[in-house]
Amino acid sequence: MAELTAVVGIGQTKYEAKRDDLSMPGLVREAAERALADAGCSWADIDAVILGKAPDLFEGVMMPELFLNDALGGAYKPMLRVHTAGSVGGSTAIVAASMVQAGIHDRVLCVAYEKQSESNAIWALSISVPFSLATVAGAGGYFAPLVRGYIRRSGAPEDTGIRVAVKDRQNALRNPLAHLHLEDISFDLVANSPMLWDPIRYLETCPSSDGACALVMEKESLASRRPDKVAWIHATEMRSEPTMFSGRDQVMPRATLDNAKNLYRKAGITNPRREIDCAEIYVPFSWFEPMWMEGMLITERNQGWKMTYEGATAMDGDFPVNMSGGVLSSNPIGASGLIRFAEAARQVRGRADQHQVDGARKALGHAYGGGSQYFSTWIVSSEKP
Amino acid sequence: MREVAVVGFTQSPSVRREPDRNEVEILIPVLQALREQTGLAGAECDFICSGSSDYLAGQSFAFVSGLDAVGAWPPVSESHVEMDGAWALYEAWVKIQMGYADTALAYGFGKPSMGDLPITLALQLDPYSVMPLWPDTISVAGLQARHCLERGLFTADEMAAVAVRDRGNAKTNPYAQVKGDFTVEGILAEPFLVNPLRKSDCAPISDGASAILLAAGDRATQICERPAWIRGFEHICEPMDFGVRDLGRSRGTEIAAEKAGVSSDKIDVAELSAPFTHQSILVERALGLPPETRINPSGGALAGNPLMAVGLSRIGECAARIFRGEADRAVAHATSGPCLQQNLVCVLEGR
Amino acid sequence: MNAHDTSGTEGDGSPVTVLRAPIVLEYEYSAGQSASRFLRAIAEGRLLGQRCPVDGRVYFPSRGSCPQHAVTFGDEVVELSDKGTIVTFSIVRVPSKNIPLELPYITVNVLLDGADTILMHVLDADLDDVHMGMRVQAVWKPREEWTTSTENILFFRPIDEPDADYDSYKEHI
Ligand SMILES: [Zn+2]
Repeated sequence: MAELTAVVGIGQTKYEAKRDDLSMPGLVREAAERALADAGCSWADIDAVILGKAPDLFEGVMMPELFLNDALGGAYKPMLRVHTAGSVGGSTAIVAASMVQAGIHDRVLCVAYEKQSESNAIWALSISVPFSLATVAGAGGYFAPLVRGYIRRSGAPEDTGIRVAVKDRQNALRNPLAHLHLEDISFDLVANSPMLWDPIRYLETCPSSDGACALVMEKESLASRRPDKVAWIHATEMRSEPTMFSGRDQVMPRATLDNAKNLYRKAGITNPRREIDCAEIYVPFSWFEPMWMEGMLITERNQGWKMTYEGATAMDGDFPVNMSGGVLSSNPIGASGLIRFAEAARQVRGRADQHQVDGARKALGHAYGGGSQYFSTWIVSSEKP
Repeated sequence: MREVAVVGFTQSPSVRREPDRNEVEILIPVLQALREQTGLAGAECDFICSGSSDYLAGQSFAFVSGLDAVGAWPPVSESHVEMDGAWALYEAWVKIQMGYADTALAYGFGKPSMGDLPITLALQLDPYSVMPLWPDTISVAGLQARHCLERGLFTADEMAAVAVRDRGNAKTNPYAQVKGDFTVEGILAEPFLVNPLRKSDCAPISDGASAILLAAGDRATQICERPAWIRGFEHICEPMDFGVRDLGRSRGTEIAAEKAGVSSDKIDVAELSAPFTHQSILVERALGLPPETRINPSGGALAGNPLMAVGLSRIGECAARIFRGEADRAVAHATSGPCLQQNLVCVLEGR
Repeated sequence: MNAHDTSGTEGDGSPVTVLRAPIVLEYEYSAGQSASRFLRAIAEGRLLGQRCPVDGRVYFPSRGSCPQHAVTFGDEVVELSDKGTIVTFSIVRVPSKNIPLELPYITVNVLLDGADTILMHVLDADLDDVHMGMRVQAVWKPREEWTTSTENILFFRPIDEPDADYDSYKEHI
């Protein structure tokens, strides 16, 4: 019933610790203008603007889409603001796509950003209201015990996380937009980096970045006329579950498993490992690569670390993951999910330059957030379904 | 387009301050009541979307706790907008339109009493040039009201008459916060709060929550005897800067109303979420409401203003009148941002 | 509250790159009805949990409703021991503004005896000793300093009991 929809334009800023050359409107506009140029569109061609970002407290502006309206060419157009924790970038793409899939708009602009340098993210994440216990030390403090739980369950070798970090940071060297370019990256460099939240080392964590990402999406009758490859959206899926309840499996939440099952069913995928050519997965701490390989049903339970170990997730492996360098290399939080979705689209358009997976035709974009409780994913392809 | 209807609506009473209950505790009975009304309100729904604000809650990811009230198990297909619940409903409606869902829950909640609302809302303004001056939201609205009065668009009497009407209507609404027999003379005798606005020109600060269930086609008629079918659903955002838009009209509402087909037929009832009397007049004019339309039978935002739920409640109040057979065609309005920057219009019909 | 300064404006024509506009907002939080009951109890040194009417599991701290089943909990409370088992843990070596502890310190997810949900807290122990399954007990502030605050418990500390069996806590990881 849904109108077939495609990604026809992609724009990203350079990701950096501090983009003090740009205001917030300048930042989102840089990405949006690049997406429009890529799509060969003007501002007037856009029917609606969908904006996503993580908590407003990060930049100190309440509902910043309101003041960013004209910078994004949104004057007298519909504008929607999405916020679903860390998965927000992915959710924003899904909401934007749904506007076209529902036949409401012909062409929409989807933008996500974070300018973390304008505030203190660790502070904004750790504000504790007076009655709750102030014992969670930021996102790392929350996720490290879960990583330990994964290691205990799976029997994964302790250096799995190091290997993921090396691989993603090597991939980032191919991506000029990545925030972190560690030319001398090596196993020893990661292994010897300080242990921050045991078992998570400094170089196994994501940076804090400024940046924005934008997509132009369009309905089939328009996208089909384009001479260049577009990324056809085969399926989107979102799943959420509560942060805490008795017996909740926080390491391998049911929400990720349900999300994967529904996504593949809608995309007509029966063997994801074989049918998907590459994946861009939300990995803010290295260990989440093996965890989400299992969570996305790419491999069997407790076997995810083997994919890393055997090199399956490397650029030249049978299932490349995080070709762009991933969240470990660039992390403007609110945009991080959309960057994953955008990289999947770049791959199937054959437009990923130095980090292109040869012949990629079907790709997975993935984001998660909250206490491993919000999941959003999509499958894009160079071919129509 | 698929036939989609509002089939259930519940709300908490608007109160100046919920002293005991946190947001989840406010929300749970609202969703329980919706389940009683419709048979479903949580994980049974194909899609769920909420609207809330971290700055009202004073902490990041405040909406996450809202999920606790839903009973999101098994895991749900769910999203959140940092906007009034009316836009959450819009997203839910889109999901039904695209065939992703047949039933969808939207809810909004806010507890602005925890902070200093007029100052908190200053954080919506341009952070480089305007916000550092900390113009509170009442002062900003006052500038707009002054602009309108000086241009002769309406008089202070007409503004006061809006408050008299809405708060008189609210007398029959058990959920309303400010109600009673006000008079134009009485209001004009009030001292200015922020010249030219008097206290009665301003919506109250309210804590509260509301929820709506949507259903498509036959599901709608199974759940609700007389569903409120959505015939038009549009929203428009204007630029924020006060210098680039006409503060004497709500252009966004005009465009949304035209696209939603407001004027194509009679309108029995209109529910507006304009938080100031002068803004109510601007919205009424932008919607082009005929004289026989009953405006804000619930009292509207001037009688109860639970931010993040108030717009959703306007759609719910219209729908409830259609459920009860009191109206055949209704128009609901929601707004966000300073001086009616962003507006949403929803047209509902009994058939 | 709204002091601001700018840099790059020293008359040299260079662009303004930084504008400081500190934001101070005050909030008056409500604990909520259920958390209030919990906090009043902890002021007396008692740890209250509540039982979900659907599956009978004990939630700690007590809360108004079950996030899994969306049912409100009744008035029945379950009093819990201040002993428990470490389900999982992390050693933190990075400062966090909300935790005024000296680095490194150990954060633990503790399953209190009688509870079916975990509590995140900190552990006072040798870094080399901490492990999953370790038995621990709360160390409280001196009684005269107790208030309606979770801070009445300073931290947890290992006790001389054999480790809990992995199967007894594995579903709470
Ligand atoms: Zn339960």
